[in-house]
Amino acid sequence: MTAAAVEMQQYSVRFGEFQALQEVNLSLPQGAFVAIVGPNGAGKSTLLKALLGLERGSLRDGPTQVSGTVRVMGLPPRKVPPGWVGYVPQVKGFDRSFPALALEVVVSGLRRRWPFIITAQERKKAEAMLDKVGALALASRRLGRLSGGELQRVYLARSLIREPRLLLLDEPATGVDVVGEADLYRHLEAYQAERGATVLMITHDWEAAQHHASAVLVLNRRVVGYGPPEQVLCHECLSQAFGHVGHGHNLVLGGRS
Amino acid sequence: MMEALQLPFLQRALLAGLLVGGLASYLGVMVVQRRLSFLGDGLAHAAFAGVALGLLLHEEPLWVAIPFAVGVSLAITWVRERSNLGDDTAIGIFFAVSVALGVLFMSLRQGFAPDAVAYLFGSILTVTQTDLWVMGLIALGVALLAPVWSHWAYATFDRELALADRQPVLLYDYLLAGLIALVVVVSVKVVGIVLIAAFIVIPAATARLLSRTFSAMTVISVAIGVFSVIPGLAAAYLFDVPAGSAIVLVQALLFALALTLRR
Repeated sequence: MTAAAVEMQQYSVRFGEFQALQEVNLSLPQGAFVAIVGPNGAGKSTLLKALLGLERGSLRDGPTQVSGTVRVMGLPPRKVPPGWVGYVPQVKGFDRSFPALALEVVVSGLRRRWPFIITAQERKKAEAMLDKVGALALASRRLGRLSGGELQRVYLARSLIREPRLLLLDEPATGVDVVGEADLYRHLEAYQAERGATVLMITHDWEAAQHHASAVLVLNRRVVGYGPPEQVLCHECLSQAFGHVGHGHNLVLGGRS
Repeated sequence: MMEALQLPFLQRALLAGLLVGGLASYLGVMVVQRRLSFLGDGLAHAAFAGVALGLLLHEEPLWVAIPFAVGVSLAITWVRERSNLGDDTAIGIFFAVSVALGVLFMSLRQGFAPDAVAYLFGSILTVTQTDLWVMGLIALGVALLAPVWSHWAYATFDRELALADRQPVLLYDYLLAGLIALVVVVSVKVVGIVLIAAFIVIPAATARLLSRTFSAMTVISVAIGVFSVIPGLAAAYLFDVPAGSAIVLVQALLFALALTLRR
């Protein structure tokens, strides 16, 4: 039996006084496309960081208490070869003043260091990956000249170039227009189908979760719900997660059911 | 002008200028892109305290200033990693403590200190053989550490991604801080304590204006750092002005030029 892509047992993370995750138990099979939904401050990003072995965050945040176990493909996160995991962080965290070309950003995902000179082979590979996500035209564009949506494509190419078995995305649709969003999910689904990779995606877009994910994880520091989208994205579970479900949310769900 | 190069003290001055010019502008790239420009100022004043302590103890100031400034630099990094105070505040505190200590050491030393002025404003013509050896060793060390560039650059680009890829980001931060402190101390005689920060920052800032990539920025910065020393020293020799200010003014001129040329 192959190990679960992601497994957590009684996993808790506490930053000082703030309980980010509490006794999370979950087991995500390899090849799943999981959408993680939940209110702000529900520990969604903390969960992804735990899978990267970065749960302790910065020392600036004060003491971090971690308990329970995490396994990524059967291994503790820090023992997982970095090439197995692709990560697309939140777009708002990027420093766009760094002088770099989109192509270099993609190559950095391959090399796991910053390239001083890009070899012809790396260039070819990076261009092919940019082409795959419809961003070949951006290859020699400067980072500071990319729009939010363009940046997301470049970072997606950056994470895919290492052909990860596990792909972690933190709100990848932020700043992406409607067409771009459809493209994004198409690329993710294509990659997942092609490689049998596991995709974990934080999103605030329940419609996208319903359409594209094979499972939805509703998180509010604890696991509130987990299962196929049509079961989990119900009024009841969501009101439990969010405290209440506003009319806007009802409209989104109502439109699909 | 050419006969002047026959003079040993001018040869030493030129070699010292080229070495620290290259070193400061190389590390300056990381300093500028990590928004640590104030670090140069803070460490220059730590070097001042170290020099003052050396003069007080009648030791060679270099041997006291080097451990002092490196210690302060590592301490600043330690505080930066561990608190939410912000880089400017962490540096500012050590800056103030260094100046206070430096002034204290100076006052404890009896009588007027003409040599202190030389350290404040630089005196490139007094560069000794020992100074050159130390500069040469640091330059050799930095050259051997050239592969670290891609690790520093990666963490400068995105610290979290570098950490996710299991890079020892913290270790490289301390290494960078220690090297910057070393370069600051050996730059004291060349440009003087008050101008070191400019010496580190201006070539990199100029290069930033002219570069599309971080590797180009690094190459251009080092080129500016090294080649600005030659006209700076020539001006110092011809017009009998302090070399440090002449070099920094040449760099500032290049910066102004880059600002107007930038597309």
